[in-house]
Amino acid sequence: MLRVSDLFVAIGSPSAELDVVSSVSFEISRGEVLGLVGESGCGKSMTSLAIMGLLPHPDVWARSGCIELDGVDITHMPPHVRVEKGCGGVAMIFQEPMTSLNPVMRIGDQIMEAVRVHDGTTGAEARSRARELLEMVRIPDAALQLNAYPHELSGGMRQRVMIAIALACRPQLLIADEPTTALDVTVQLQILSLIRELCDELDMGVLFITHDLGVVSQLADRVAVMYSGRIVETGPVGILFEQPVHPYTEGLMSCVPEPSAGHHRLRTIPGQAPKPGEIAEGCAFAPRCSYAQAVCRVGSVPRHSVTAGHEATCNFPLRERATA
Amino acid sequence: MTSQDILSVRNLHTTFTAKRAGRKYKIRAVSDVSFSVRRGEVLGIVGESGSGKTTVGRTIIGLERAEAGDVQLNGKDILSNKNRAARELSLKVRMVFQDPYASLNPRRTVADSVAETGDIHGIFSSRSERERRVAEALTQVGLDPSFGARFPHELSGGQRQRVGIARAILPAPDLIIADEPVSALDVSIQAQVLNLMADLKEQLGLTMMFISHDLGVVAQISDRVAVMYLGNLVEVSDARSLFDDPLHPYTRLLIASVPRIDPALRISGGIEKGEPPSRFAEVRGCPFSDRCPIAADRCLSERPELRQKTAERAVACHFA
Repeated sequence: MLRVSDLFVAIGSPSAELDVVSSVSFEISRGEVLGLVGESGCGKSMTSLAIMGLLPHPDVWARSGCIELDGVDITHMPPHVRVEKGCGGVAMIFQEPMTSLNPVMRIGDQIMEAVRVHDGTTGAEARSRARELLEMVRIPDAALQLNAYPHELSGGMRQRVMIAIALACRPQLLIADEPTTALDVTVQLQILSLIRELCDELDMGVLFITHDLGVVSQLADRVAVMYSGRIVETGPVGILFEQPVHPYTEGLMSCVPEPSAGHHRLRTIPGQAPKPGEIAEGCAFAPRCSYAQAVCRVGSVPRHSVTAGHEATCNFPLRERATA
Repeated sequence: MTSQDILSVRNLHTTFTAKRAGRKYKIRAVSDVSFSVRRGEVLGIVGESGSGKTTVGRTIIGLERAEAGDVQLNGKDILSNKNRAARELSLKVRMVFQDPYASLNPRRTVADSVAETGDIHGIFSSRSERERRVAEALTQVGLDPSFGARFPHELSGGQRQRVGIARAILPAPDLIIADEPVSALDVSIQAQVLNLMADLKEQLGLTMMFISHDLGVVAQISDRVAVMYLGNLVEVSDARSLFDDPLHPYTRLLIASVPRIDPALRISGGIEKGEPPSRFAEVRGCPFSDRCPIAADRCLSERPELRQKTAERAVACHFA
């Protein structure tokens, strides 16, 4: 349904451009959650903004590559044109619902605004659709809550309202950019559960962006791990976390403290992620990688297929090292 | 208070007033909290937002005013007797904050920020001693002493947090209160800083209160853990038993909610368990009663006291 092929996103000016997303390709089908994981600055949010057509023009732009939604190329189509042409079926929710909602507008009116744009209905009809949307995101007393202002709701409820607004356009694809990072763990679990249910019920694809490996492992069907603008490993969730083959994925997993593990020294990844453009040649992870060899610092890195759907961009994927 | 306790907190109350729609509300941010911190240990304090974990730390160090209660550092009262004690306190109890961007003065060099408290209290006898102590503190946190000449904007997030820690350890404090010290960092950097804090604890024999919402992080570094909910302490235990066998229903919910890296624990939907209630309402019974799976009538009317179950474990629940 969504196909991103060889996407490059650049910042700066055309004379001095710098790629923040390089050669990113993935697909999402209906009813599937793709988890896009990475640390800050790895390009995961830029990838999602490119899909939404929301890159901050003219400083950041999709330099090359192609984003297709149901076969239609939407790479350079601004959001309002997408709605007019009937391919506005991508919606997005963000990390902090309070900054995305208008604080002086009742939530019912904010949902109806989206309904009006996408369904063209107004008045009682739009209102009943708004109530229906609030019920879809399991907000109790939906009819009453239409009159609430954002500050009267808790963080979890606000994120539900954001999801309701996103659903107003009957999306084929929902992009969720760290939607639960600002929430408490007990509430986070409820929102994740809601996203999973909606994905199944509405047969909608979900691109779930997060830095939290735990969240991805429990929610996603497939995972793509990003580092320094590139997808370094991608695969079905069970296989990828069971047998990570890229040293970065492996390192990231060992950095996460596990509550029942007690005191133990965490294995760390030395150093820090490079700035865009800092590493011009070879593998961007090489300076931090304990398996890196001379060949990793020159040329381009090959993409290995480990098993069907499980790929890693690495000269020495762990599986090969183990058998070699 | 036993001889091994560095800090003893008894029946601490901190309240805020908030105005909503012309009405004044009293919000009990910290409600009748008692605990102690032993010499050389890390006491983790966990809770969700609004649980009062940060306010406890800020009240101890004097950034918030306690409404009632007693806080003793090495047997000396530090809540009253304001002026002299407060000055001494800022050397003996040091704080590490969450946001290393906000807590360093952007116009001062790293060395000046690290030495600041020492300068104020005149603990350096000479310029060369100041230089030596700053260099020593920076080395201890894994930074080259040349970092002293840099400004905060030249540092990465992890390096800034190391500076924050250097600033805390320089006067050889009795107690460090670290409030979400790794929450703003990426996981790979977070692991580096956590390992550093564990090393410093061993090398310098630091005593620490480690405040965090992240149970994994707390489990990694803490010897004992206190769990807070809506301003109340609901469970205090040695870390091992708390995570292996939580006694309070809230602790159980909290531990079960942590997303672990395990695709076998798939989220399939159907989770509806409610949210923490409004802090504007006065809670009469157990603060967790409206979300608790085992709540009974008694829980709605009677607030459970924190009871000692074993020498190392205490819990505030009628049924635990």
